[in-house]
Amino acid sequence: MNIWISIIIAGIINYLSRLGSVLLIKPERLNENTKKILSYVPSAVFPAIIFPAVFLNESNAIVQINDPKIIGFIVSIIIGYLSKSIITTIISGLLSYWLVIFLF
Amino acid sequence: MSKKTENLFKGFYDVSPLLLPVVPFGIIFGAIGIELGFGPYITYATSIIIFSGASQIVFFQLLSNGASSIIAITSSSVVSTRHLLYGAVVVQYLSKLSLTWKIFLSYLLTDQSFAVSQEFFKKNPNDEYKHYYLLGAGLTLWTIWQITTIIGILLGSIVPDELGLTFTIPLTFLALLINYFRKIDHLFVILISGLSSIIFYDAPFKSYIIISSLLSLTAIFLLIKFKKKI
Repeated sequence: MNIWISIIIAGIINYLSRLGSVLLIKPERLNENTKKILSYVPSAVFPAIIFPAVFLNESNAIVQINDPKIIGFIVSIIIGYLSKSIITTIISGLLSYWLVIFLF
Repeated sequence: MSKKTENLFKGFYDVSPLLLPVVPFGIIFGAIGIELGFGPYITYATSIIIFSGASQIVFFQLLSNGASSIIAITSSSVVSTRHLLYGAVVVQYLSKLSLTWKIFLSYLLTDQSFAVSQEFFKKNPNDEYKHYYLLGAGLTLWTIWQITTIIGILLGSIVPDELGLTFTIPLTFLALLINYFRKIDHLFVILISGLSSIIFYDAPFKSYIIISSLLSLTAIFLLIKFKKKI
Protein backbone atom coordinates (compact mmCIF):
# COMPACT_ATOMS: atom_id res chain seq x y z
CA MET A 1 0.00 0.00 0.00
CA ASN A 2 1.24 3.49 -0.80
CA ILE A 3 2.55 5.09 2.39
CA TRP A 4 0.47 8.23 1.88
CA ILE A 5 -2.71 6.17 1.71
CA SER A 6 -1.64 4.30 4.86
CA ILE A 7 -1.03 7.56 6.73
CA ILE A 8 -4.38 8.97 5.67
CA ILE A 9 -6.24 5.81 6.74
CA ALA A 10 -4.35 5.73 10.07
CA GLY A 11 -5.12 9.44 10.49
CA ILE A 12 -8.83 9.00 9.80
CA ILE A 13 -9.14 6.10 12.26
CA ASN A 14 -7.14 8.01 14.88
CA TYR A 15 -9.40 11.01 14.42
CA LEU A 16 -12.57 8.90 14.57
CA SER A 17 -11.42 7.47 17.91
CA ARG A 18 -11.35 11.07 19.20
CA LEU A 19 -14.58 12.16 17.58
CA GLY A 20 -16.58 8.92 18.04
CA SER A 21 -17.69 9.29 21.64
CA VAL A 22 -18.10 13.06 21.41
CA LEU A 23 -20.41 12.71 18.46
CA LEU A 24 -22.36 9.57 19.36
CA ILE A 25 -22.79 9.56 23.13
CA LYS A 26 -25.80 11.42 24.48
CA PRO A 27 -24.81 12.35 28.03
CA GLU A 28 -28.41 12.53 29.21
CA ARG A 29 -28.69 8.82 28.43
CA LEU A 30 -25.71 7.96 30.63
CA ASN A 31 -26.87 6.68 34.00
CA GLU A 32 -25.19 7.68 37.26
CA ASN A 33 -23.25 4.41 37.46
CA THR A 34 -21.69 4.92 34.03
CA LYS A 35 -20.78 8.51 34.89
CA LYS A 36 -19.19 7.30 38.10
CA ILE A 37 -17.13 4.69 36.23
CA LEU A 38 -16.10 7.27 33.61
CA SER A 39 -14.68 9.46 36.38
CA TYR A 40 -11.98 6.79 36.75
CA VAL A 41 -10.81 7.08 33.13
CA PRO A 42 -7.54 8.97 33.87
CA SER A 43 -6.67 6.46 36.61
CA ALA A 44 -7.48 3.61 34.22
CA VAL A 45 -5.62 4.79 31.12
CA PHE A 46 -2.50 6.64 32.33
CA PRO A 47 -0.96 3.80 34.39
CA ALA A 48 -0.89 1.67 31.23
CA ILE A 49 1.37 4.34 29.73
CA ILE A 50 3.41 4.83 32.92
CA PHE A 51 4.15 1.28 34.10
CA PRO A 52 5.74 -0.24 30.97
CA ALA A 53 7.86 2.91 30.50
CA VAL A 54 9.19 2.61 34.06
CA PHE A 55 9.30 -1.10 34.77
CA LEU A 56 10.32 -2.57 31.40
CA ASN A 57 13.68 -2.16 29.67
CA GLU A 58 14.39 -2.06 25.94
CA SER A 59 14.10 -5.83 25.61
CA ASN A 60 10.73 -5.77 27.41
CA ALA A 61 12.11 -7.47 30.53
CA ILE A 62 11.30 -6.20 34.01
CA VAL A 63 14.04 -3.86 35.24
CA GLN A 64 16.13 -4.33 38.39
CA ILE A 65 14.86 -2.81 41.61
CA ASN A 66 17.78 -0.33 41.69
CA ASP A 67 17.19 0.86 38.12
CA PRO A 68 17.48 4.68 37.81
CA LYS A 69 13.94 4.78 36.42
CA ILE A 70 12.56 3.08 39.54
CA ILE A 71 14.44 5.54 41.77
CA GLY A 72 13.11 8.49 39.75
CA PHE A 73 9.62 7.01 39.86
CA ILE A 74 9.61 6.58 43.65
CA VAL A 75 11.09 10.04 44.34
CA SER A 76 8.56 11.53 41.95
CA ILE A 77 5.64 9.85 43.74
CA ILE A 78 6.81 10.99 47.18
CA ILE A 79 7.56 14.58 46.15
CA GLY A 80 4.38 14.72 44.07
CA TYR A 81 2.29 13.40 46.93
CA LEU A 82 3.66 16.05 49.27
CA SER A 83 3.77 18.99 46.86
CA LYS A 84 0.60 18.27 44.85
CA SER A 85 2.29 20.15 42.01
CA ILE A 86 2.55 18.77 38.48
CA ILE A 87 5.76 20.54 37.56
CA THR A 88 7.50 19.66 40.87
CA THR A 89 6.55 16.01 40.39
CA ILE A 90 8.08 15.86 36.91
CA ILE A 91 11.23 17.83 37.78
CA SER A 92 11.96 15.90 40.99
CA GLY A 93 11.64 12.59 39.14
CA LEU A 94 13.89 13.74 36.32
CA LEU A 95 16.53 15.23 38.65
CA SER A 96 16.74 12.13 40.83
CA TYR A 97 16.96 9.98 37.70
CA TRP A 98 19.81 12.15 36.39
CA LEU A 99 21.52 12.08 39.77
CA VAL A 100 21.58 8.28 39.68
CA ILE A 101 22.70 7.88 36.05
CA PHE A 102 25.39 10.57 36.17
CA LEU A 103 26.83 9.95 39.65
CA PHE A 104 26.76 6.15 39.95
CA MET B 1 -10.45 40.05 29.57
CA SER B 2 -13.54 38.28 28.32
CA LYS B 3 -14.46 34.90 29.76
CA LYS B 4 -13.55 33.26 26.44
CA THR B 5 -10.00 34.63 26.35
CA GLU B 6 -9.60 33.97 30.05
CA ASN B 7 -10.44 30.28 29.60
CA LEU B 8 -8.30 30.08 26.47
CA PHE B 9 -5.29 31.39 28.37
CA LYS B 10 -6.02 29.24 31.39
CA GLY B 11 -5.91 26.16 29.16
CA PHE B 12 -2.62 27.36 27.72
CA TYR B 13 -1.23 28.07 31.18
CA ASP B 14 -2.30 24.78 32.77
CA VAL B 15 -0.98 22.64 29.94
CA SER B 16 2.44 24.32 29.77
CA PRO B 17 4.14 22.20 32.47
CA LEU B 18 3.08 19.17 30.44
CA LEU B 19 5.08 20.46 27.47
CA LEU B 20 8.30 19.44 29.19
CA PRO B 21 8.27 15.94 27.67
CA VAL B 22 6.43 17.01 24.50
CA VAL B 23 9.35 19.14 23.33
CA PRO B 24 12.08 16.45 23.42
CA PHE B 25 9.61 13.78 22.27
CA GLY B 26 8.60 15.84 19.22
CA ILE B 27 12.23 16.44 18.28
CA ILE B 28 13.08 12.76 18.82
CA PHE B 29 10.09 11.74 16.70
CA GLY B 30 11.13 14.02 13.82
CA ALA B 31 14.68 12.69 13.98
CA ILE B 32 13.49 9.06 14.11
CA GLY B 33 11.31 9.55 11.03
CA ILE B 34 14.31 10.75 9.06
CA GLU B 35 16.64 8.06 10.48
CA LEU B 36 14.18 5.34 9.52
CA GLY B 37 14.18 6.73 6.00
CA PHE B 38 10.66 8.16 5.74
CA GLY B 39 11.86 11.56 4.56
CA PRO B 40 10.80 15.02 5.74
CA TYR B 41 7.36 15.23 4.07
CA ILE B 42 6.00 11.90 5.24
CA THR B 43 7.45 12.37 8.73
CA TYR B 44 5.88 15.79 9.08
CA ALA B 45 2.58 14.75 7.49
CA THR B 46 1.98 12.22 10.29
CA SER B 47 2.20 15.03 12.86
CA ILE B 48 -0.70 16.81 11.14
CA ILE B 49 -2.74 13.85 9.93
CA ILE B 50 -2.30 11.40 12.82
CA PHE B 51 -1.27 13.98 15.47
CA SER B 52 -0.63 11.51 18.26
CA GLY B 53 2.97 10.83 19.28
CA ALA B 54 2.42 7.27 20.45
CA SER B 55 0.45 6.25 17.34
CA GLN B 56 2.99 7.92 15.04
CA ILE B 57 5.97 6.13 16.63
CA VAL B 58 4.20 2.75 16.50
CA PHE B 59 3.24 3.34 12.87
CA PHE B 60 6.82 4.17 11.78
CA GLN B 61 8.50 1.49 13.86
CA LEU B 62 6.29 -1.27 12.48
CA LEU B 63 6.63 -0.16 8.87
CA SER B 64 10.41 0.14 9.12
CA ASN B 65 10.60 -3.33 10.69
CA GLY B 66 8.96 -4.66 7.56
CA ALA B 67 5.41 -5.04 8.89
CA SER B 68 2.59 -4.65 6.37
CA SER B 69 0.61 -1.40 6.12
CA ILE B 70 -2.43 -3.17 7.53
CA ILE B 71 -0.52 -4.17 10.68
CA ALA B 72 0.88 -0.64 11.08
CA ILE B 73 -2.53 0.97 10.60
CA THR B 74 -4.24 -1.49 12.94
CA SER B 75 -1.67 -1.06 15.70
CA SER B 76 -1.62 2.73 15.56
CA SER B 77 -5.43 2.67 15.65
CA VAL B 78 -5.56 0.28 18.61
CA VAL B 79 -3.13 2.55 20.49
CA SER B 80 -5.52 5.40 19.74
CA THR B 81 -8.68 3.67 21.07
CA ARG B 82 -8.08 5.20 24.51
CA HIS B 83 -9.43 8.45 23.05
CA LEU B 84 -12.88 6.84 22.91
CA LEU B 85 -12.77 6.84 26.71
CA TYR B 86 -11.55 10.45 26.84
CA GLY B 87 -14.38 11.45 24.51
CA ALA B 88 -16.94 9.72 26.71
CA VAL B 89 -15.76 11.84 29.65
CA VAL B 90 -15.62 15.24 27.93
CA VAL B 91 -18.89 14.79 26.02
CA GLN B 92 -20.68 15.13 29.36
CA TYR B 93 -19.62 18.77 29.34
CA LEU B 94 -19.56 19.53 25.62
CA SER B 95 -22.78 17.96 24.36
CA LYS B 96 -24.47 21.34 23.82
CA LEU B 97 -21.79 22.60 21.43
CA SER B 98 -22.37 22.89 17.70
CA LEU B 99 -21.20 20.18 15.33
CA THR B 100 -18.38 22.42 14.05
CA TRP B 101 -17.02 22.86 17.55
CA LYS B 102 -17.24 19.13 18.23
CA ILE B 103 -15.43 18.30 14.99
CA PHE B 104 -12.67 20.79 15.70
CA LEU B 105 -12.22 20.14 19.42
CA SER B 106 -12.08 16.37 18.87
CA TYR B 107 -9.03 16.83 16.68
CA LEU B 108 -7.34 18.56 19.62
CA LEU B 109 -8.30 15.90 22.18
CA THR B 110 -4.98 14.40 23.26
CA ASP B 111 -3.80 12.75 26.49
CA GLN B 112 -2.58 16.02 27.94
CA SER B 113 -5.40 18.29 26.79
CA PHE B 114 -7.88 15.70 28.08
CA ALA B 115 -6.12 15.44 31.43
CA VAL B 116 -6.20 19.16 32.21
CA SER B 117 -9.61 19.82 30.61
CA GLN B 118 -11.51 17.15 32.49
CA GLU B 119 -10.24 18.65 35.78
CA PHE B 120 -11.33 22.11 34.64
CA PHE B 121 -14.73 20.88 33.43
CA LYS B 122 -15.34 19.07 36.72
CA LYS B 123 -14.69 22.29 38.65
CA ASN B 124 -16.56 24.60 36.23
CA PRO B 125 -19.47 22.56 34.86
CA ASN B 126 -21.65 25.65 34.45
CA ASP B 127 -19.14 27.87 32.69
CA GLU B 128 -20.73 28.71 29.34
CA TYR B 129 -17.35 29.05 27.62
CA LYS B 130 -15.56 26.12 29.23
CA HIS B 131 -14.73 24.63 25.81
CA TYR B 132 -12.34 27.54 25.24
CA TYR B 133 -10.17 25.94 27.90
CA LEU B 134 -9.81 22.75 25.83
CA LEU B 135 -9.21 24.91 22.77
CA GLY B 136 -6.37 26.76 24.51
CA ALA B 137 -4.76 23.59 25.86
CA GLY B 138 -5.22 21.70 22.59
CA LEU B 139 -3.90 24.46 20.33
CA THR B 140 -0.85 24.89 22.55
CA LEU B 141 0.00 21.20 22.32
CA TRP B 142 -0.72 21.10 18.61
CA THR B 143 1.55 24.08 17.89
CA ILE B 144 4.43 22.75 20.00
CA TRP B 145 4.10 19.28 18.45
CA GLN B 146 4.28 20.75 14.92
CA ILE B 147 7.26 22.98 15.70
CA THR B 148 9.24 20.29 17.50
CA THR B 149 8.60 17.70 14.78
CA ILE B 150 10.02 20.18 12.25
CA ILE B 151 13.03 20.88 14.48
CA GLY B 152 13.70 17.13 14.73
CA ILE B 153 13.35 16.72 10.96
CA LEU B 154 15.73 19.60 10.22
CA LEU B 155 18.30 19.17 12.95
CA GLY B 156 18.18 15.41 13.60
CA SER B 157 19.01 13.87 16.96
CA ILE B 158 20.02 17.03 18.80
CA VAL B 159 18.55 15.62 21.99
CA PRO B 160 21.34 13.50 23.52
CA ASP B 161 20.24 9.94 24.24
CA GLU B 162 22.18 9.95 27.52
CA LEU B 163 19.80 12.50 29.04
CA GLY B 164 17.07 9.87 28.96
CA LEU B 165 14.44 12.52 28.31
CA THR B 166 11.91 9.93 27.18
CA PHE B 167 11.63 9.18 30.90
CA THR B 168 9.74 12.48 31.25
CA ILE B 169 6.79 10.83 29.44
CA PRO B 170 5.86 8.43 32.28
CA LEU B 171 6.73 11.17 34.79
CA THR B 172 4.19 13.53 33.22
CA PHE B 173 1.41 10.98 33.32
CA LEU B 174 2.38 10.18 36.89
CA ALA B 175 2.17 13.88 37.76
CA LEU B 176 -1.32 14.00 36.23
CA LEU B 177 -2.41 11.19 38.54
CA ILE B 178 -0.70 12.41 41.68
CA ASN B 179 -3.86 13.81 43.28
CA TYR B 180 -5.62 10.49 42.81
CA PHE B 181 -3.00 8.68 44.89
CA ARG B 182 -4.79 9.94 47.99
CA LYS B 183 -8.00 8.19 47.05
CA ILE B 184 -8.08 4.48 47.76
CA ASP B 185 -10.58 3.64 44.99
CA HIS B 186 -8.44 5.45 42.41
CA LEU B 187 -5.31 3.80 43.74
CA PHE B 188 -7.00 0.45 43.22
CA VAL B 189 -7.77 1.33 39.58
CA ILE B 190 -4.22 2.63 39.05
CA LEU B 191 -2.64 -0.57 40.37
CA ILE B 192 -4.90 -2.90 38.39
CA SER B 193 -4.26 -0.95 35.18
CA GLY B 194 -0.50 -0.71 35.79
CA LEU B 195 -0.08 -4.40 36.59
CA SER B 196 -2.13 -5.52 33.61
CA SER B 197 -0.15 -3.26 31.29
CA ILE B 198 2.98 -5.18 32.31
CA ILE B 199 1.23 -8.55 31.99
CA PHE B 200 -0.37 -7.77 28.63
CA TYR B 201 2.50 -5.73 27.21
CA ASP B 202 3.13 -8.27 24.46
CA ALA B 203 -0.53 -8.53 23.43
CA PRO B 204 -1.05 -8.14 19.67
CA PHE B 205 -1.37 -4.70 18.01
CA LYS B 206 -0.11 -2.85 21.10
CA SER B 207 -3.50 -3.47 22.66
CA TYR B 208 -2.14 -3.46 26.23
CA ILE B 209 -3.23 0.15 26.86
CA ILE B 210 -6.88 -0.38 26.02
CA ILE B 211 -6.94 -3.87 27.60
CA SER B 212 -5.55 -2.50 30.88
CA SER B 213 -7.90 0.50 30.81
CA LEU B 214 -11.00 -1.64 30.29
CA LEU B 215 -9.87 -4.27 32.81
CA SER B 216 -9.34 -1.71 35.56
CA LEU B 217 -12.65 0.04 34.79
CA THR B 218 -14.42 -3.33 34.95
CA ALA B 219 -12.69 -4.05 38.27
CA ILE B 220 -13.89 -0.79 39.86
CA PHE B 221 -17.37 -1.34 38.41
CA LEU B 222 -17.55 -4.77 40.07
CA LEU B 223 -16.14 -3.40 43.32
CA ILE B 224 -18.74 -0.61 43.47
CA LYS B 225 -21.51 -3.09 42.70
CA PHE B 226 -20.24 -5.48 45.33
CA LYS B 227 -19.98 -2.73 47.95
CA LYS B 228 -23.57 -1.67 47.31
CA LYS B 229 -24.76 -5.18 48.04
CA ILE B 230 -23.20 -5.27 51.53
